[in-house]
Amino acid sequence: MSSATVEFSPWTDPDTTPLISFEGVTKRFGNFTAIDNINLNIYPREFFALLGPSGCGKTTLMRMLGGFEEATEGTITIDGQDMAGIPANKRAVNMMFQSYALFPHLTVADNIAFGLHRSPMPKSEIQGRVDEMLRLVQLQKFAKRKPHQISGGQRQRVALARALAKAPKLLLLDEPLGALDKKLRQETQFELMDIQETTGTTFVIVTHDQEEAMTVASRIAVMDNGLLKQVDTPDRIYETPNSVYVADFIGDVNIVTGTATTVDGDATQLTWAEGVAPIKGMTGAQVTQGEPASFVIRPEKVSINKSEPEASNKVQGQVLDIAYLGNMSTYHVELPNGQIIKSQTANNRRIARRDITWEDTVWLSWTETAGIVLRD
Amino acid sequence: MRRLLIAIPYIWLLLLFLVPFGIVLKISLSDYALSIPPYTPQLDLSTGWQGFAEFWSQLDMENYWFLTDDDLYWKAYLSSLQIAALSTFFTLLVGFPIAYGMANAPEHWRPTLMLLIILPFWTSFLIRVYAWIGILSNEGFLNQFLLAIGLISAPIKILNTDIAVYIGITYTYLPFMVLPIYATLEKLDGSLLEAAEDLGCTRLQAFWAVTVPLSKPGVIAGCFLVFIPALGEFVIPSLLGGSDTLMIGKVLWEEFFSNRDWPVASAVAIILLLILVIPIILFQRNEQKQREAGN
Repeated sequence: MSSATVEFSPWTDPDTTPLISFEGVTKRFGNFTAIDNINLNIYPREFFALLGPSGCGKTTLMRMLGGFEEATEGTITIDGQDMAGIPANKRAVNMMFQSYALFPHLTVADNIAFGLHRSPMPKSEIQGRVDEMLRLVQLQKFAKRKPHQISGGQRQRVALARALAKAPKLLLLDEPLGALDKKLRQETQFELMDIQETTGTTFVIVTHDQEEAMTVASRIAVMDNGLLKQVDTPDRIYETPNSVYVADFIGDVNIVTGTATTVDGDATQLTWAEGVAPIKGMTGAQVTQGEPASFVIRPEKVSINKSEPEASNKVQGQVLDIAYLGNMSTYHVELPNGQIIKSQTANNRRIARRDITWEDTVWLSWTETAGIVLRD
Repeated sequence: MRRLLIAIPYIWLLLLFLVPFGIVLKISLSDYALSIPPYTPQLDLSTGWQGFAEFWSQLDMENYWFLTDDDLYWKAYLSSLQIAALSTFFTLLVGFPIAYGMANAPEHWRPTLMLLIILPFWTSFLIRVYAWIGILSNEGFLNQFLLAIGLISAPIKILNTDIAVYIGITYTYLPFMVLPIYATLEKLDGSLLEAAEDLGCTRLQAFWAVTVPLSKPGVIAGCFLVFIPALGEFVIPSLLGGSDTLMIGKVLWEEFFSNRDWPVASAVAIILLLILVIPIILFQRNEQKQREAGN
């Protein structure tokens, strides 16, 4: 991520007017509540990701922005205007569909020009705009092709160019990279970020791929069952999740359940087993002393050693399994009480010289700020 | 084994299409005769090679020249083309909205609607055409109804006019129009319409810009499926049409059964086939294009 994006944080400035705001928005389909009383602000030029498992309501939330669903309760405003009753074709919002929804009977250029022909733009300027969009997505050579004559990755770019052609205030992307293979997806993620930065459009992306969300987004909203679980920057979502659900949904995590015995400001101790020292970690949201809580820590923050290290948190266990991933290895270590803790280390030495192997007795250790204690 | 499988359709075509076609072609080149069968020459294989040479020398194009002499024939061809084309148009006009409605109906309704479209086939075609006589005649249901509501003061003559023929053909061939259009509309990706709306189209504009062009293969298939049989239609014009309704199917019938002039009738049939070959080739090409686009 470039340094400009890191400094970009309009959500911390109370004077910034959000581009989009959801106020008490609820959406019901019959008896089913897809979106449950959501309040959310999205700011201009943000790359905002809606992340969650399928059926969590992320797509519904996006379709309400696009004008394809009406909110049952609450108000949605875009650029200060209440969107209730405004149809999709009257909104300065464009959408890139999951299936791309390219018109099969039109050429690439005609697909991109489709929206322009239905805008106030004079006919003479349309061709210029289409060329500009083709250049943006590097498809000049394919202007005359039909969608079925180009590759999946190219189709994805046509869909993006078509959605951006009308220079919308807001671009919605519904699982935009879902149909691409992994390598192409990673390349395209950076392309998307570049295009978002060049055009200065606000992007809202729906995805179930947490890596994708972490890569592209300035902020992520983690959703579950129609609720926003946490809305924050990727690093904060990863390092200070506000719930076990978020911690578990994003990335790999170790979860140790116990009781929060002492809560002292930022530091909390969790008693988790008989006869062992309590775990020291950061105090998470809404943790109260004496209540059941969980300690969560990322595997890469757990060190593994054969000899006893100097650390404020350390436990001894036996190596149960080793997952070799090439660039790194994950050690599954079983503690005496049966709890399994994963530790991940970079393989900066050749595998033949690895000194830890199956059945070895090892020490796991981590610092006081490496993990966080969360309310159950 | 594979060759045998491929051979089956070819043998079928050879025996049931090419051989009969050859016989009809031969009759069309023969002369009328008062005999059974009513034409000459007839191939007698017992006379050997010389007999065959003599037989061959007696075949000529006389009947085809005769067709150009009498303006009845080319008028009948033209009138058939016109009636078939107009009926196809009316079928499209009625069939498209039906197919569109079916494709947009809730999914659990579609099999029922499909059944309703096919249901008339369960009744004999002839009976259904006769039923139209009961509806369209001067004392028929339609006139009685119009008289009853006071829209007309005297019955209007519909039966035994070209209008009755149009109604009959449109009614009979409607399923052939509805089904292919329905098949293309049903496959239509709903997100395309949402994309069109997202890009600034109203519902109606999206219909014209997306639904109509994408239903084209179905419309073309439907039009051919109606036009081709309608061109040679015989039963509907003879039952519902008037004495001045000129259709080539009717002419053909009269030539065979009333005149018993098999050679001329065969020539009429061969020309009809040649006229039909063009739309059939176009139809095939459309189907192939559709298949390629599908891949």
